[in-house]
Amino acid sequence: MSKLTKADVLHVAKLAKLNLSETEIKKFLPQLSSIVDHIGELSKVDTTNIEPTSQTTGLTDVFRGDEIKESSLDQDKALSGTEKNHNGYFKVPAILEGRTDK
Amino acid sequence: MNLPLTIKETKEGLLAKKFSAVEAVDEYLSRIEKNKDLNVFLTISGDLAYQKAKIVDADLQDLPLLGAVVAHKDLFLTKGVRTTASSKVLESYVPEYSGTVVERMEKAGAIMIGKTNCDAWAHGASGENSDFGPTLNPWNKKYVPGGSSSGSAASVAAGLSLISTGTDTGGSIREPANFCGVVGFKPTYGAVSRYGVVAMASSLDCVGSFGHSVSDVETIFNVVKGPDGYDSTVVDRKWKIKNGKLRVGIPKEYFVEGLEHEVEKSVLAASKVFEKEGIELVDVSLPNTKYAIDVYYIIQPAEVSSNLGRYDGIRYGNIRETFGAEAKRRIMLGTYVLSAGYYDAYYLKAQKVRSKIIADFDKVFEKVDAIIAPVAPTPAFKLGEKLDDPLKMYLSDVCTVSANLAGIPGLAIPFGFSQSGLPLGFQLMGPRFSEQTLFDLGKLFQKSINYIPKLP
Repeated sequence: MSKLTKADVLHVAKLAKLNLSETEIKKFLPQLSSIVDHIGELSKVDTTNIEPTSQTTGLTDVFRGDEIKESSLDQDKALSGTEKNHNGYFKVPAILEGRTDK
Repeated sequence: MNLPLTIKETKEGLLAKKFSAVEAVDEYLSRIEKNKDLNVFLTISGDLAYQKAKIVDADLQDLPLLGAVVAHKDLFLTKGVRTTASSKVLESYVPEYSGTVVERMEKAGAIMIGKTNCDAWAHGASGENSDFGPTLNPWNKKYVPGGSSSGSAASVAAGLSLISTGTDTGGSIREPANFCGVVGFKPTYGAVSRYGVVAMASSLDCVGSFGHSVSDVETIFNVVKGPDGYDSTVVDRKWKIKNGKLRVGIPKEYFVEGLEHEVEKSVLAASKVFEKEGIELVDVSLPNTKYAIDVYYIIQPAEVSSNLGRYDGIRYGNIRETFGAEAKRRIMLGTYVLSAGYYDAYYLKAQKVRSKIIADFDKVFEKVDAIIAPVAPTPAFKLGEKLDDPLKMYLSDVCTVSANLAGIPGLAIPFGFSQSGLPLGFQLMGPRFSEQTLFDLGKLFQKSINYIPKLP
């Protein structure tokens, strides 16, 4: 199995929306590398004609009626987890920047 | 004040007015205060406990958990009581609703006393990954209590609550139960609703409990099991009841290099107890056991990375930079094995090997009703011993992860102590929905050795 590189770690951190410090990258690189080496051992197992298992209940497509349950949270309760709200809405950081061509 | 160590005796004591629920709460709170250094509780809900105790005392009813003082792992949502998952991300999160298990126990007469420390997000085998400091083992404070349900196991072991709840994704109930010398029970995947429990790895997560006796975890299971309409993986079905002579298998793959001699001796001695009681012992083989840890450390982080994706610091909780090192490691690892170019080699491959592990169990359970095995290769290890080497820590899960991959129930039972005074024990595993057989075997065992629980 190929060794993990710093570029791999940065790429994965970006996918996972984690901002890592230089110290963290330095710490994680060898640790993740040794774990990836270990789990890579599975490549040696013969899995020809074996179906993958994603869960063990044997259930498929569980449906329920499309009804409003009493326990649904009202707006105040739904917003109670954060102080960052305004007029009954969650406040989020801006994802679009102002135009630079004006 | 001496309090009973079982649900049944607690209930009888209350009904006979030998003591009141308020007095019991007094006693547990004073023990919690005296044992602060163990770092078992993240939040103590004393006011609510007194409120409930007064209700119990005013109207003594024949409820299954009447007056049973319970500590919930801080992964269980409790309405109005802070729930952190032992992570700084949720350090000030107060849920607006309670999980199904919490609610059902409450209705059955239980009294919640507080929320227990654990490895943050249930990631760990020692309790040391908590963002609020490690919990200490009540039998020896230099040792870990096991994890991730570290505080829940330590709480029951130290007599800070009568019972407690936990979650088991790869051994997080059975291993700390084993390290702390209490009974720990992981149900069949799909037997108990996970609604209102912080999710770790959704195809593996099970919610279970701790107590001093097998009877107690059975009582709790009967209160919490079954569909609630909020967790679509919960199966509504009849539990298997096995009549006639029982057979217990001894899987040779669990008795290999690295298994400490004292642990091995304890498990084999336990199997002899069963034999004496007329249970037939059968040597069995689960050849794919050696791949379980690798399968687990692909599937579990993959699902962790997905479940922890929801923590964006917008609707509740803090920003993603607040995640601790272990959570970040698992998010990174999981994202890696799911990422383009690696999915087939890791994730899909692991799902296929998972099928082989399940097939091993299915085959063995054609011959035996349960399996007896060690819970961990060693008794409790020292604080700090594995902290800087995540891979070494992951390998502690070697005896427990298979049950989660196969979705089968597991029951950890204490049996004796090591020369250095640390608890020993074993686990029983059975086919899916064979809980009743495991409870029957466990009760038979505790009766046979005349088990009398004791506090350190």
